[in-house]
Amino acid sequence: MDVIFQTWPWYVSGFLIGMVMLALIYFGKNFGMSTNLQSLCSMTGLGKRIAYFDFDWKANRWNFVVVIGAMVGGFVAMHFMSDPSNVNINPKAIAQLAQMGIDAPNGKLMPTALFGEQIWQSPKSILILLGGGILIGFGTRYAGGCTSGHAISGLSNLQLPSLKAVIGFFIGGLIMAHFLFPLIFKS
Amino acid sequence: MKVLKFFLVGFLFGIVLTKSEAVSWYRIYEMFQFQSFHMYGIIGVAVATGILGIQIIKRKNIKDIKGFPIEIKDKENSNARYFIGGISFGLGWALVGSCPGPIFILIGAGFLPVIIVLIGALIGTIIYGALKSKLPH
Repeated sequence: MDVIFQTWPWYVSGFLIGMVMLALIYFGKNFGMSTNLQSLCSMTGLGKRIAYFDFDWKANRWNFVVVIGAMVGGFVAMHFMSDPSNVNINPKAIAQLAQMGIDAPNGKLMPTALFGEQIWQSPKSILILLGGGILIGFGTRYAGGCTSGHAISGLSNLQLPSLKAVIGFFIGGLIMAHFLFPLIFKS
Repeated sequence: MKVLKFFLVGFLFGIVLTKSEAVSWYRIYEMFQFQSFHMYGIIGVAVATGILGIQIIKRKNIKDIKGFPIEIKDKENSNARYFIGGISFGLGWALVGSCPGPIFILIGAGFLPVIIVLIGALIGTIIYGALKSKLPH
């Protein structure tokens, strides 16, 4: 049983994620999480004002069911399959984070400094999460896909555009993690 | 049954992403600092599994669950949208440590502050939708 509670190894996890994508292809659909953002906006009737949201979102209802399943899966894994040994990251990362005032994992998935309940009282923390979200939403829709649509599905189908998008993801991620983090998280 | 299969695929996806810690902000930080192989291993094996599976589907002309031929659309070729959109996504991904799948999974797992990230992502989607015709693609 221990195996289930510990951090799942990359080769098991990667294989299962690949199988999730293939299962959706077999069901006649495709693996893409960020499409749901567009569907959610369309649901509110934005299509009357903005052409991008003027489409039949009901055709993507199956993808909402995938999302609901994923949320329940996250709940079950978090509450019934976790262990204090989890999130054992590189000690160098822990030391760097400490300098920026970000707490070590100690079994937590998310740092309290960024995702703890106290952030509701901190306009700066709220702005960080909101700003990150805006960059994600804008970027993924502009690029036409995120980690699932481009990095996993697109690369699996040997798509050059997806490789370009993934290179973009990494350029952006490296700029943020190496140059902007020290500016944003000054302790 | 139609709906159940999508729920189960999503359920598996949510468990795997949580148990592999791919939803963890720390794992994304570690990945962008090149301090661990874990995330690269996950993405690499997922893509290898996908390449193999798609090649088998194409070569054996495997039909989908309803018996229709499986067609996977090619992505449009272009530069601006993939690089500019990609960089914007990457900046956000590293900052809040979650991409769209994990945003939903983390909210399900009970990390309520991630709702702010979701609201941001919806605002970003609306901004893109509104500016689409003016942006280079």
